[in-house]
Amino acid sequence: MTGPKTLYDKIWDAHVVSTSDDGTCLLYIDRHLVHEVTSPQAFEGLRLAGRKVRAPEKTIAVPDHNVPTTLDREKGIENEESRIQVAALDKNARDFGVVYYPVSDVRQGIVHIVGPEQGWTLPGMTVVCGDSHTATHGAFGALAHGIGTSEVEHVLATQTLIQKKSRNMKVEITGHLRPGVTAKDITLSVIGATGTAGGTGYVIEYCGSAIRDLSMEGRMTVCNMAIEGGARAGLIAPDEVTFAYVMGRPHAPKGAQWEAALNWWKTLKTDGGAHFDKVVTLKGEDIAPVVTWGTSPEDVLPITGTVPSPADFTGGKVEAAQRSLDYMGLTPGMKLTDIAIDTVFIGSCTNGRIEDLRAAAAILKGKKIKQGMRAMVVPGSGLVRAQAEEEGLAQIFIDAGFEWRLAGCSMCLAMNPDQLSPGERCAATSNRNFEGRQGRGGRTHLLSPAMAAAAAITGHLTDVREMM
Amino acid sequence: MDKFTTLTGIAAPMPLVNIDTDMIIPKQFLKTIARTGLGVNLFDEMRYTLDGAEIPGFVLNQPAYRKAEIIVAGDNFGCGSSREHAPWALLDFGIRCVISTSFADIFYNNCFKNGILPVVLPPEAVATLMADAQKGANARMTVDLEAQTVTSADGHSFAFEVDAFKKHCLLNGLDDIGLTLEKVRAIDTFEAQAAQARPWV
Repeated sequence: MTGPKTLYDKIWDAHVVSTSDDGTCLLYIDRHLVHEVTSPQAFEGLRLAGRKVRAPEKTIAVPDHNVPTTLDREKGIENEESRIQVAALDKNARDFGVVYYPVSDVRQGIVHIVGPEQGWTLPGMTVVCGDSHTATHGAFGALAHGIGTSEVEHVLATQTLIQKKSRNMKVEITGHLRPGVTAKDITLSVIGATGTAGGTGYVIEYCGSAIRDLSMEGRMTVCNMAIEGGARAGLIAPDEVTFAYVMGRPHAPKGAQWEAALNWWKTLKTDGGAHFDKVVTLKGEDIAPVVTWGTSPEDVLPITGTVPSPADFTGGKVEAAQRSLDYMGLTPGMKLTDIAIDTVFIGSCTNGRIEDLRAAAAILKGKKIKQGMRAMVVPGSGLVRAQAEEEGLAQIFIDAGFEWRLAGCSMCLAMNPDQLSPGERCAATSNRNFEGRQGRGGRTHLLSPAMAAAAAITGHLTDVREMM
Repeated sequence: MDKFTTLTGIAAPMPLVNIDTDMIIPKQFLKTIARTGLGVNLFDEMRYTLDGAEIPGFVLNQPAYRKAEIIVAGDNFGCGSSREHAPWALLDFGIRCVISTSFADIFYNNCFKNGILPVVLPPEAVATLMADAQKGANARMTVDLEAQTVTSADGHSFAFEVDAFKKHCLLNGLDDIGLTLEKVRAIDTFEAQAAQARPWV
């Protein structure tokens, strides 16, 4: 391919091992992240075929989905199946010699937080994991996406994936965000505008001044939810913010290699005149703090809005909207700020990083959560937790009435004991509001950490701008 | 992986849009370390009450559809998580083909690794097949992968597109890893060159 290239084109071209006549490529994988839920069958497949892990030094495993986040977790995992699954990862990591952060390691956490934190994720890499939120790593200008367990086994055995190239989509956020508006509001607003299938078949490059303004934490939040918009991956071109974040991380290059890497990383941007197959532009100033009202991440509205009616939609979405309203127990026309909540969850690979905890703590400082509210903060990693304690954030959460937990995926998908009961309603900083996602019958409203903190104080969905 | 050549079977209608992988197989069933046995929990929360009784209105609980091998679904089927447990559960129940206007990317790929054919057709074609599927157990459909057609009992026939390599693997029940390992020298060469060009990786 000649002519101007997109960032996606450049990373793709640098990783093609071979191309078949029909355009199917074998793509080399630089980093393979592994967790306990989607890997046991893959390791078992290797054993049955007598195969090894081709590049154990490029394979990083950490248990996150099933692990308890309560302070007594050294007692072990009570649920037998969860315990077996984590034990299987312990054994597989040991038997196959991959890099491993066990539950007892302070560096343990959600795989998508640990990878960047430890410097495993670097610009220009290909990164995969048996987890759809692998899109997170795109914040570094790495081509990162989720794969199924069969593909996990394929990557373990061959360090490659059989792939066809996606199309290029540009999502530009112009101007600047207004106060109280965050990366979470950007990514939810994009999905609200394009729908959960709007990105299907594409790799998205997020660009524009409002994206440039974001920290690495914010950029990870934006890319994390690219999958919720249907895209294979989300990308942000690396810049000085990226390089400053990466420098000095345990597995980042050092010395002369750092200089060589930096030289290449600086070329990782879309050339002028490169072609995008689809372009979406939002004005940063038009983005408000948003919440979801339904059971799809595309069900997004500004907090100042009202619950929609099925009649506001067309096609299959009419029935889906009615089903969502029934499930969520909401009535059309109701103000979003009148929706009472009983649970607040701050955490996940979407919003479990230090900046997220700072944003929530800034709202909570000196305040108490509403009486009867169940509220928890689950840091994304042991190191995020330690840093939050050092900065005094943990004490703010505890004083406000939050539970201060250990690291893991927790109530984002409720595979561990952190779950909603039927009818409970949660303001959650996570990424999916699907039926039953946080526990059968549980109701989820997605929002930013600052908005979650505001809701914890008032007991209902709240416009955080009124508390700033 | 089992081959997929042609399939004639009962099609269950699921017109809902955005059927996500949490609906297909809820998280509490992802704790298994096996690939089999998930069929009984396929669509668990739509299919059973909290105390485990069948919900009669759910399509796969209706007598006509208990042996369905095909699902005709609303837009964006399989969105959400990458869990391959979703196609494992479908397969274990006996579903070998899903027909929709669109599929989420990871789910779509996962189907091909498990002998399940996801068929993408235009909205009008899916609407016709959905109406046919709603006629019950007599409305059997035939899916022919070689010819790339879906034909309903009423004789409606629709051609679909499928990637040539994916079709080849599915028709022959081929193992991807075996195919890729035939190219191991190309991988070795790439790896050696990349180690020179990007030694920090």
